[in-house]
Amino acid sequence: MEPTIFRFILKYSWRQQLIILALTLLSFPPLYYSLELPKLIINRALGDPDGPWVLFGYDLDRTHYLFALCGLFLLLVLIGGGLKYVLNVYAGIVAERMLRRLRYQLYQSVLRFPLAHFRKVSQGELVQMINAETEALGGFVGDAVAVPAFQGGTLLTILTFMFMQDPTLGLAAIALYPLQIYFVPKLQRQVNELAKQRIRQVRRNAERISETCTAIREIHTHGTARYELARFSRQLGEIFWIRFAIYKKKFLIKFLNNFIAQLGPFFFFSIGGWLVIHGDITLGALVAVVAAHKDLSAPWKELLTYYQNLYDVRVKYEQTISQFVHPDLQPLERLVGESGSSPSFSNGVLKVTDLTLKEDSGENILEGIALELTLPAHIALIGPAGGGREELSLVLAGLVSPSAGRVTVNGVALHELSEPLRAEKIAFIANQPILLSGTIADNLVYGLKRRPVSGSAGNPAPHGLQPRERREALASGNSLDDPNAEWIDWEALGLSAPEQRLSAMIHALRVVALDRDVYALGLKGVLPPGREELASRLLEARRAMRARLASDPRLSRLVEPFDPERYNTNATVAENLLFGHPVGRVFDLHRLPAHPYVRSILNEVGLIDDLVRVGYRLAEMMVELFANLPADHEYYRQFSFIAPDDLPFFKSILQRTTIDRLDRLKSHERDRLLELPFKLVVARHRLGLIDEELQHRILSARRRFRERLPPSYAGAVAFFDPERYNPAASVQENVLFGKIVYGQAQAHERVHALLLEILAQHDLKDTVIEIGLQTDCGVGCSRLSLPQRQKLAIAREILRRPQMLVLHEATAVLDAIERDAVRSAILNEMKGRSVIWSLEDHAAAHQFDHVIVLERGRVVAQGTFAEVREHARIPPPVFEAAS
Amino acid sequence: MTLRRELEALRAIPLFAKVDPTRLKLLAFTSEHVEFEPGELVCRQGDPGDAAYILLEGEADVFVDTPEGQVRVARLKKDDIVGEIAILCGVPRTATVVATTHLRTLKIAKQGFLNLVTQFPEVAVEVMQELATRLYHTTQRLSEVSLKLAQTKTSRE
Repeated sequence: MEPTIFRFILKYSWRQQLIILALTLLSFPPLYYSLELPKLIINRALGDPDGPWVLFGYDLDRTHYLFALCGLFLLLVLIGGGLKYVLNVYAGIVAERMLRRLRYQLYQSVLRFPLAHFRKVSQGELVQMINAETEALGGFVGDAVAVPAFQGGTLLTILTFMFMQDPTLGLAAIALYPLQIYFVPKLQRQVNELAKQRIRQVRRNAERISETCTAIREIHTHGTARYELARFSRQLGEIFWIRFAIYKKKFLIKFLNNFIAQLGPFFFFSIGGWLVIHGDITLGALVAVVAAHKDLSAPWKELLTYYQNLYDVRVKYEQTISQFVHPDLQPLERLVGESGSSPSFSNGVLKVTDLTLKEDSGENILEGIALELTLPAHIALIGPAGGGREELSLVLAGLVSPSAGRVTVNGVALHELSEPLRAEKIAFIANQPILLSGTIADNLVYGLKRRPVSGSAGNPAPHGLQPRERREALASGNSLDDPNAEWIDWEALGLSAPEQRLSAMIHALRVVALDRDVYALGLKGVLPPGREELASRLLEARRAMRARLASDPRLSRLVEPFDPERYNTNATVAENLLFGHPVGRVFDLHRLPAHPYVRSILNEVGLIDDLVRVGYRLAEMMVELFANLPADHEYYRQFSFIAPDDLPFFKSILQRTTIDRLDRLKSHERDRLLELPFKLVVARHRLGLIDEELQHRILSARRRFRERLPPSYAGAVAFFDPERYNPAASVQENVLFGKIVYGQAQAHERVHALLLEILAQHDLKDTVIEIGLQTDCGVGCSRLSLPQRQKLAIAREILRRPQMLVLHEATAVLDAIERDAVRSAILNEMKGRSVIWSLEDHAAAHQFDHVIVLERGRVVAQGTFAEVREHARIPPPVFEAAS
Repeated sequence: MTLRRELEALRAIPLFAKVDPTRLKLLAFTSEHVEFEPGELVCRQGDPGDAAYILLEGEADVFVDTPEGQVRVARLKKDDIVGEIAILCGVPRTATVVATTHLRTLKIAKQGFLNLVTQFPEVAVEVMQELATRLYHTTQRLSEVSLKLAQTKTSRE
């Protein structure tokens, strides 16, 4: 990266700056002539009644001459304005391109930082620097040449004019400029110093906010919100005081500038007046100079602002860049390069010679490690935590470069390979899963996206960027790859058919026993767009399900089917009323009674008063049951119909009126009561509030709702239809076409077993997993549990079939029961390929061919499990569990 | 069966006899009503325990696995509570319970039961008393059995 902003501007935009300069110079003649023309109009067209009126060699009459000049004036104004417009847009484009280039370079630097550097940088600060602080720099780039050229030119023109009127007056006009040139920068430097502090403080703020988000659970756990508020308030206070000091200085500068500008007329009137009295100059010339001086102040101010900006921007640029320069930045070629060939890791020798890894403090974390391992092999690294296991696994995975020594595979140095080539062969799994936002499938295939895939049948061009996008990317030195192109390199795995890909993904999930979880998510998912052909097969499964339920009374009592003619006692009142799935937000189930159409239907069947009464009864019960519970009790969330904050509101309703006099309530109070029963599930809550008569009327409301639905709402509900697939409902609801009943022993388990059986019979189980793979798992996949995330992280590496898999305590976060099973499954999957596993549990080392014991950064023993076990320095009890 | 009738059933259980009705109502409301058909398992010995059951209607048999096979050790009837040990001390189910008739129960989830015990000391005292009584009976029976065992041994010698 360029060390100063001028070098940056010159290197990447000198051509554009020249164009800007040319455009600026071009705009002077029209400007000049548009000032000149009025004089011509007044003196010649209006002031001279005799002519001749000649324009461009044509002899015209007076009126034509006048209009021709006016037209010319208009034309010049248009040309001048047009040029200015073009100049502004062009300068804007140049600025934005440079901004894009700068951000891209900074982001690239982030990718090039050595891993250890991330322990020292704050995420929040990086975000602040790349996003916010570069903004001002970009704006400056567009002005860098244009402003001094244009404003300086204007200033010079006017000054020349003034000197030509009278040198003394000209001198008077600029007499105080040296004073400004001397004082203003001094003050400005102080302002800039403060501005620097402000930048640092704002960065600290950004860091604080991002840390708060990361540690939000800790804050709540420890109840330290007050402390955090105090800290943040203090930081805001710091910014306030800095800004306060800046304002004092900044406006002092402004005061000085204004004062000096106003001193001009003082000199003109005093000196100029004296000259006029003594007859040295004409009054007209003095007036002209005073008028010109007025025009002078604008460009002069602009130039001063430019100068202030210049200084500010220079500092900002250097301050930002300094954060992104690191002596050990990896060469870009290593990150994206494809040249050279990667050695085969499938067999041969992995050789570690005299490997040393130093910490920042200079201490050795790994020291003099020498290994010679014949591949393929399953190798365990054991030893106390902090003994160098983690670091050695990172070095062997190629992620951390050693301070001294080499790691070679069949003679090729591991750390000289480019990342894509290395990643093709080696995978690494750490003890904490790091996943990205997106679907489960996105995460699963992430490891296959090393380069855009070219030439396969469906995707002819590897660089599918639109020409316009490509041109711009090129102009700002950005990546020319299209992120929307096909990046998943299935071909490298030899998987060309879509079914093969799905089964490879399912296989990877199965190794870590995540297939069941994804299947369960698939049951809750909806059919993805473009897979409508599955609907008919799922309908087939629904028919089979219904047949099974009908034939077996033991099963049929576990499911209450959706029946257009019957009230479903295992569904909420809202679900019974709608008898379908809302599409979009029009008929949100939580706010159903608030919708005017729903309201009108309820009114027609006379349900409103009854439901308000039910709401009153419900409120009575809730107030009785929950009155003595603290507001943060989990029962509110799980069981209450009323949020703790709303409890006093309902209490006051109950106190003010009895159930017979609900008409006395205000309409918004009745509305709140009306909302309550819509969440009631007859079979679950067993409150006896929705009796058969009421159910009957809800059914008639259901019928009316559907019959009268205005066409404008037609798409807002997907109604349940026994013969149709409901695209808005989940797979499970569609196949089961009913609700699993409350109150039957193990109803859920048994119904799900039946579902699985029927889906498997119809060859739909993988389809359900496929739908589950499309589940969006939130930011950092936070919707999955920690073990699920770790399993997904493992499956991601399993899927890409590395020749060597390096793991560091990769199964540590799994439940004790699953840990062994998953480890064995991974080792089994990697049979014939190499595994290097840094184990937290020494006992598991017996599953490996070769065991290396690390202590205080040194290899203290190695060999087979039995050999190492004899090693005296390993405390025997550690091995007891394995035997 | 409505909440009101479950509440009456709960109040008839000695364990809850002295508990304030509002709190019992909350317990009933937050618990699940679960029915079993004859022959269905309520819980299986060795499984992790996540809930206790209060029998509202019907009967169930309690079996314990022994080296000689399953042995029936008790018959549960209306108002009995089963499964609370696994909840309280976090051990797997100590016995297998099978419905012998159509069985209606109130399933009290582990958390709900623990909440009740921790938040309402009177329930905790009741549970303690009940368990202490059982422990007393068990100890007594154990001493009887050991005595018998010793007598059989001496008579054999």
